[in-house]
Amino acid sequence: MELSAVTSAAALLPTISVRRAEATAQPSPAAAQKTTLDLHVNGAVHPVSVENRATLLDALRDTIGLTGTKKGCDRGECGACTIHIDGRRVLSCLTLAVMTDGREITTIEGLAEGDQLHPVQTAFIEHDAFQCGFCTSGQIMSAVACIREGHAASDDEVREFMSGNICRCAAYPQIVAAVRSCSGMEEI
Amino acid sequence: MGPFAIARSSSLDDALEATAQPGAMLIAGGTEVLNWLKEGIVAPSLLVDINAVPGLADVQADASGLRIGALARMSDVAAHELVQRDYPAISQALLKSASPQIRNMASMGGNLLQRTRCAYFRADTPLPCNKRVGGTGCSARLGEDRAAAIFGWTDHCIATHPSDVAVAFAGLDASVELLSAQGVRTVALDGFHLVPDRAHASETVLQPGEMIRAIHVPASAAARNSCYLKVRERASYEFALVSVATAFENDAGTIRGARLAMGGVAHKPWRLRAAEAALEGTSIADDAALRRAIEQSFAEARLGRHNRFKVELGIRAAVRAVQIAGGRA
Repeated sequence: MELSAVTSAAALLPTISVRRAEATAQPSPAAAQKTTLDLHVNGAVHPVSVENRATLLDALRDTIGLTGTKKGCDRGECGACTIHIDGRRVLSCLTLAVMTDGREITTIEGLAEGDQLHPVQTAFIEHDAFQCGFCTSGQIMSAVACIREGHAASDDEVREFMSGNICRCAAYPQIVAAVRSCSGMEEI
Repeated sequence: MGPFAIARSSSLDDALEATAQPGAMLIAGGTEVLNWLKEGIVAPSLLVDINAVPGLADVQADASGLRIGALARMSDVAAHELVQRDYPAISQALLKSASPQIRNMASMGGNLLQRTRCAYFRADTPLPCNKRVGGTGCSARLGEDRAAAIFGWTDHCIATHPSDVAVAFAGLDASVELLSAQGVRTVALDGFHLVPDRAHASETVLQPGEMIRAIHVPASAAARNSCYLKVRERASYEFALVSVATAFENDAGTIRGARLAMGGVAHKPWRLRAAEAALEGTSIADDAALRRAIEQSFAEARLGRHNRFKVELGIRAAVRAVQIAGGRA
């Protein structure tokens, strides 16, 4: 019962977002400078019409309704908006949505298999690797890539290759432990 | 961020034609351009996405040297086997730059076109800054100047250039291949960036309608023996207070053909020419001689109020870099 409520709420989100965008659109050149494209997110194709100046972060959150990716600094400094494009970790706040047409985008919502959490998500819970949780989506997306890249062989290496993800609660020791616990796992 | 049209170029000819239009600006990795757009530092009417131009991301190495395509990503160049083996300073400088996410995005050409991280230049609310709005003055000159340049600055601007790998390129005598509708020209990396001057707003010799196509680095024994040392206030993900790229031939413990370039001390990668000359024939084991040689380049340093530490830090960093390249550290 609870699960179906969540599913139907999620299904409504895109419609709500699109309506809001249309309602607030200004009759300025900005409104005309839009592009229609297909965003491929977590295996699904989303035909969208976005302003050229929209970041991928805003398109994911406001147009598609995937709010798991977080906006921290919006300047490429904090890592909270980390996602994967074509398998590489990148910052969605420094990416224009119009430049990602047809590319394979993975967000935090795309890691779990149904109710089965991804091993790195499980490791973050087991190691108590967050307090407020705001940076956690970005930390986990970065960690998955860090492990796949082969950059999680030691604590020092994890600290270096996770340095693009800032944690204001300073859960760093637990984050390093969580990432190290998944190092070398085949299923990452 | 103002509105703009976007064009995707699929060939160099397309890109050059689009770039020649008034108000056009190229975009590659976007890590700098997006921040400029958000801060209002630039307001193009047309962004030209060059990522689909074929061949522009290639990295090629042969006996004569290394050619890095402008669209090659920082992380890919850093991990390139031949770059690591024959040009270690380049790989080291890249791996000490930015974060893994940004290195996956940022292009090598764009890296050279970064603009200063001076807080007055990057301010959310525009502050007096000659780089931001010509003629408004330099707030750092009488303000927060801890990160400021000690070489080559003028009252017009005292900011430093943020790139790490440009410093490695300067130390390895790299050159930049520039393409325009008029053809190709090649300029030395050391002459690519300009020191601040009231007479011009340009920060590089890149002309309107021109784009970076590649970076060339000549192969040499010195390049194989190069290294990059970066000193910063955090262990990772921070710009340099000072940095040093060095390359020389180790002739049984004697320095031959030394090249030294520094970051964090000027508006461009700064070659220490006097030190290079003085290091010729010096024993790598002679710490006092290394220091004396390197000090020669710091005689021309001009200091502000809060950046005086950069002289001693710079000298020590340069000595240390030579020791590392000489196998002593």
